[in-house]
Amino acid sequence: MMMIVSVAAVAALGLVLGWLLGLASQWLGATVDPVVERITEALPGSQCGQCGYPGCAQAAAAVAAGSAPVTLCPPGGRAVAEKLAEIIGTAFDPGNVPDRGPLLARVRTDYCIGCSRCIKSCPTDAILGATKQLHVVLGEACIGCGACAEVCPTGGIDLEGIPVTLRNWRWHKPGLGKA
Amino acid sequence: MKIFRFRGGIHPEGNKDPTACHPIARLPLPKRLYIPLQQHIGEPAAPEVKVGQHVLKGQRLARHQGSVSAPVHAPTSGTVVAIGDHMAPHPSGLPVQTITLESDGEECWVATEPAVDPFSLSRAEVSARVRDAGIVGLGGAAFPAAVKLDAGNRHPIETLIINGGECEPYLTCDDRLMREGAGYVVEGVRLIASGLGARRTVIAIEDNKPEALEAMRAAAAAHPGITVLRVPSRYPMGSEKQLVSTVTGLEIPAGKLSAEIGVSVHNVGTALAVCRAVRFAKPLVSRVVTMGGGAIRNPRNVVVPIGTPVADLVEFCGGFTVTPSRVLMGGPMMGQVLPGLEAPVVKGTSGIIALTAAEAHAASQRACLHCGRCVDVCPVGLVPLDLAARVRAGRIDDAAELGMGDCLSCGCCAYVCPAHLPLAHLFNYAKGEIAARREAQRKAEDTRKLAEARRLRLAAEIAAKAARRSARSSDNVEIGS
Amino acid sequence: MTSWTPNRSPVAAPHVHGRTAIPQVMRTVLLALLPATATGVWLFGWPALNMIVLSIAGCVAAEAAALAIGRRALAHTLGDGSAVVTGLILALCLPPWAPWWLPLLGGAFAIVVGKQVFGGLGQNVLNPAMLARVALLVSFPLEMTAWVAPQPLFSAAAPGFLESLAITFGAVAAPDAVSAATALAPLKTGGEFAAGPALIALGLGTVPGSLGETSALALLAGGALLIARRIVPWQIPAALLGTLALLAAIFNQIDPAHYAPPLLHLLGGSALMCAFFIATDPVGAPVTPSGRLIFGAGIGALIYAIRTWGGYPEGVAFAVLLLNAATPLIDHLVRPRRYGRLRSGAPLPVIRREDGR
Repeated sequence: MMMIVSVAAVAALGLVLGWLLGLASQWLGATVDPVVERITEALPGSQCGQCGYPGCAQAAAAVAAGSAPVTLCPPGGRAVAEKLAEIIGTAFDPGNVPDRGPLLARVRTDYCIGCSRCIKSCPTDAILGATKQLHVVLGEACIGCGACAEVCPTGGIDLEGIPVTLRNWRWHKPGLGKA
Repeated sequence: MKIFRFRGGIHPEGNKDPTACHPIARLPLPKRLYIPLQQHIGEPAAPEVKVGQHVLKGQRLARHQGSVSAPVHAPTSGTVVAIGDHMAPHPSGLPVQTITLESDGEECWVATEPAVDPFSLSRAEVSARVRDAGIVGLGGAAFPAAVKLDAGNRHPIETLIINGGECEPYLTCDDRLMREGAGYVVEGVRLIASGLGARRTVIAIEDNKPEALEAMRAAAAAHPGITVLRVPSRYPMGSEKQLVSTVTGLEIPAGKLSAEIGVSVHNVGTALAVCRAVRFAKPLVSRVVTMGGGAIRNPRNVVVPIGTPVADLVEFCGGFTVTPSRVLMGGPMMGQVLPGLEAPVVKGTSGIIALTAAEAHAASQRACLHCGRCVDVCPVGLVPLDLAARVRAGRIDDAAELGMGDCLSCGCCAYVCPAHLPLAHLFNYAKGEIAARREAQRKAEDTRKLAEARRLRLAAEIAAKAARRSARSSDNVEIGS
Repeated sequence: MTSWTPNRSPVAAPHVHGRTAIPQVMRTVLLALLPATATGVWLFGWPALNMIVLSIAGCVAAEAAALAIGRRALAHTLGDGSAVVTGLILALCLPPWAPWWLPLLGGAFAIVVGKQVFGGLGQNVLNPAMLARVALLVSFPLEMTAWVAPQPLFSAAAPGFLESLAITFGAVAAPDAVSAATALAPLKTGGEFAAGPALIALGLGTVPGSLGETSALALLAGGALLIARRIVPWQIPAALLGTLALLAAIFNQIDPAHYAPPLLHLLGGSALMCAFFIATDPVGAPVTPSGRLIFGAGIGALIYAIRTWGGYPEGVAFAVLLLNAATPLIDHLVRPRRYGRLRSGAPLPVIRREDGR
């Protein structure tokens, strides 16, 4: 007798709670905005192509479908990876994601022949100059995607890390010690 | 006068006696001075002397640029031998643009404006003199003092608080300054008050400095607008937010300036510098530095020309008795480790503290016990152990949400932690990471705008080309017909 | 000498540290437990000492084994002293003449299941000693409730040292003559509540009960030391004992024959031990003053409820474990207000004071 009562009680409880959950998902369920759109918004949007996809929208679709990792965007670094992970709801340890830090393109003055190919390739119009004249990179606008370095016929464009100065120096993460 | 209590705080060992009992000594003129162009918060100063040029004491070496900045002046007469990189007094060991001055030993002053009755000057004139003298907050923050005075124009100042708290252990430079130069300090205080248009002035001094309290009371007795207030010794009493709360009972709303609630806070050393600048038209070229810590042979306070290498100062104080475990600029709670003794004394240097290993009570880290001592002592009301757990796990955004940005870096949490966790270091790291992310986000937004502009430009070019082509083809048709 | 080589990797301030460190905290807790331990050994004789040694040995051995398996620094972690404290607290909660395997098993359970599986000191959610106490109580109810009347060391009826080994290691069963009921037993079985002189016995500890929990005076002395040295926050014991006494007083007023008086609740069981030494274990307790008040009050109320209406005569262990589990929630809900902000986290409104003061 006792056993029947308990089985019945648990079964009834399960039914009621399950029904409540079903209701809750209908009534309280968050309106999910299109994931792809949110991912596209989180990406830099420079269409630089470093991730291997032709543009940021395609990369976003791949991340949403799960066929690309959240760490696919090199210019975005750790911050973008973290945001993508939040959007698609995966957990990852940002400490383990290599963040190479922002890079800047620099034109080597003695290599530049003024061909202006890099200017055309730049997704953010960060290179100034005219045909037959020395080109120069605007550090503020450069995203370090490397598209210009690829097209440069003389190999005269380097990607360099931003030099550490007193203004952008940051404390390192302290060691966790032995514990 | 009623005193209000602020949350949290600690009572570290003061260790002030070895230096507080000696009168301020004067450092013999060093051979070479290294004067950084950035000794303050804000834009660096722009040099206006050339290598090889002879300059007089007090002559301007670099002018301020931008709204928040301060000029620097020659601390002695001599020849500029270099303008370039030199080790900054900063834990990173990175270089800073520095003017190297070789003294000629003459101490020959530049012709300065004649001394005036400072109280005949207008508020704007006081502020201009303070700015031209290159005065910055001498308590350690090194915020340009004139900018603070000008804030009084935008926000009427009810209360001027003079910070004589000196809550950091070991440091006694303000204590000695108040004992030996109370009259000048009070005059500087009155000048700041009139520069701000403050209605009342409170000079707050911690109760562990009875002699300074006495001297300041005597000097301020003739001025009814000035109250010398004895406040309890509790670190971080000298922090602006905590001092404002102690004296007025008000809190500075998050993200606001103290001026917006009608309060302005200046350090006693700054007051003395203001007195010199306004009455005697002398720029800020020297300051009092506490040479303390168990590893210094003859600890004392010293008047030092700005730009003096720390090594010269250490030598003047008899060198080290033992190899120090850390040499700090500033007090042990918030001061920074020096990357080397070549680094120079700057305007914000309140002390050079050479700690022995025994003084630091360093011990190896253990696991967080969740004991909550850090919560009890946090003057901001943060929960440091929660912040630390998140920062350690790399969850910087979560830490920011829990109030990481409100942290003062006062170090109370790390001081009391029985597990010896490097809490303040973790929070420094987190704050840097937050700043870096904000910067990256700003850049990402700019990038999006640039990419969009380029897309529009390319589209416009294609449209223009198409228009031209269609125009040309229609021309051809006309010719052909 | 003016030479000095700076560190390669910079260290951040503060560069000085307070004198409090975990090993020193644990030593102070051990010192504070000394009166209760000494009283327990004196009252219940050599078998009690065996219990203490075995329980601590169980804890330390289990900790060492777990550390060795996890390949962590053995000496450094054992040096924090927390395993010894857990072992001693567990021993003081056990019946003084229990068989040898009870403290050993309990100690190992406390450390392995209560602490190390979570990642070691500071990572556990539940109080290890109380987890072990509950596990033992549920698994071995007979051995865990075999109380004996006190037989002070060197008194006529007290067992000698060799005899004590026989009691602990089970060669002879504890003589029936010494089995007795605790002061809280009337709560479950009915009967007269202790009053008058009997309460004085509760204060001194000359009553049947757990090894170290019978003497209220010894526990109070230790608790006073902990609070004076600021090793434990006062809020937890105050709220715990206050709530327990208040509830007991209210119900005792309603029906004195059915509900025990407050003093019996305070002195008669593990309430004092819990208030000063168990609930105050920082690992499972909230970190804010108001959170600690809620925590203490919750334990006090649960102790009263379990003792009065529950199935067990003593509810301390269950109450502590339940509130341990609620601690993350309490910490989440009760945060201090931040400087310059409202409770909601929004900045304070800008208020100007024009009137002077």
